Amino acid sequence: MSKGILGTKIGMTQIWKGDKVIPVTVVLAGPCPVVQRKTVATDGYQAIQVGLGERKAKAIKKPMLGHLKKANLTTVRYLREFRDFTVEGDAINVDIFADGEIIDVEGITKGRGTMGVMRRWGFAGGPASHGAKKWHRRPGSIGQRKTPGRVYKGKRMAGRYGVERITIVNLEVVEVRSEENLILIRGGIPGPNGGLVVLKAASKGGK
Amino acid sequence: MSINRGTILKSIAQPHLRTDIPDFQAGDTVRVDVKVTEGTRTRIQAFEGVVIAINNAGVGKSFTVRKISFNEGVERVFPYNAPTIAKLTVLERGRVRRAKLYYLRDLRGKAARLKSDRSRIMREQAKVVK
Repeated sequence: MSKGILGTKIGMTQIWKGDKVIPVTVVLAGPCPVVQRKTVATDGYQAIQVGLGERKAKAIKKPMLGHLKKANLTTVRYLREFRDFTVEGDAINVDIFADGEIIDVEGITKGRGTMGVMRRWGFAGGPASHGAKKWHRRPGSIGQRKTPGRVYKGKRMAGRYGVERITIVNLEVVEVRSEENLILIRGGIPGPNGGLVVLKAASKGGK
Repeated sequence: MSINRGTILKSIAQPHLRTDIPDFQAGDTVRVDVKVTEGTRTRIQAFEGVVIAINNAGVGKSFTVRKISFNEGVERVFPYNAPTIAKLTVLERGRVRRAKLYYLRDLRGKAARLKSDRSRIMREQAKVVK
C-alpha cells in the first residue's frame, strides 16, 4: 500500500524540541476529495484519484467538469493518483501520517533559468588562477576526435536548469496537526512556497 | 479559498518564541544564564559580556556576546529564542554609534571600554516610575 496526500508548500520555519532547534517545512495538506476509485476490474489496476485546491469555473474544461461531477465536485486544481491505496469516506486527510513517520516528498523544483555546467551538472570548471586565461567555468572537452566526430547525445551542457519533478526520500514527519490540515516535515522540500507537493509513504522503507 | 502563508508560518513558530527576554541593544553588557545539561544534572552557567551584534533573522534571531577571559577574547552566539537561556540580565547600557561592534575585536583594555548610555538608563527609570 502506498498511501499519499497532496499539499501546498507553505514555507520554512524553526521550532524547538528540548534544547535542539529543528528546521521544518510547513505543508498545508488536504483534505483531498476522492474524484475516482479505479479498480482492477474496470481499469486494470487499483488506485484512487484525488484532487486538491480550487480553480475558477470558467477555467475548467467541460470534460473535466463532467469527470468531477461524477464525484459530486465542482472544482479542483490538481489531480493525482495513488496506486494500491484506498481510504474510507470521500477525502484524504493529513492524519494518514503520524508524528515521527518517515515519508517521501515529491515536488517540482524552482526554475533557475539558463545555468552553466558548473551549477547545472556540478562540473569542476577550470583553475581560478595559475595562468588560467578565460578558462574558469568552461565545460572542458565535449568529445573525442575524428572517431566518432560528433558529440554524443545526452552530453551534459549548459542550459535550462530546474523545474524538474524530483522526490526527496526519507524525510521525518515532525508533527501532524490534523485539525488545521498542517504537517511539519524536517528539513527542506522541493519547489517554491505555494507549490504543489505530494507526500507519500517511504518508498525505500524508511531508515 | 485563499490562504495566507505568512500567518500560518507565524502560528507555527509563535509558541516557540521568547517574550520574557528584556530589551537590549548592541553595546549593552549582559549576563546570560545558560542551562547546561551534564549527563542527568542540569546547572546554570553564566556568560557575561558585551553584546556586539544582534542578528535579526525572524525566528532564527541570534545575538553575539563578547568577553575577555584570561586575556583571550571569547565570543558566543546565542539563539534569541533558545529555551536553554534561563535568564538574561542587562547589567549596563552602552552608548554606541553602530549596530555591529566588530571593531571591538581589534581593541584591548582601556580602548575597548564603552561609555554608559545615561539617557537610555534615565528613560528606563522614568518608565519604571510611571
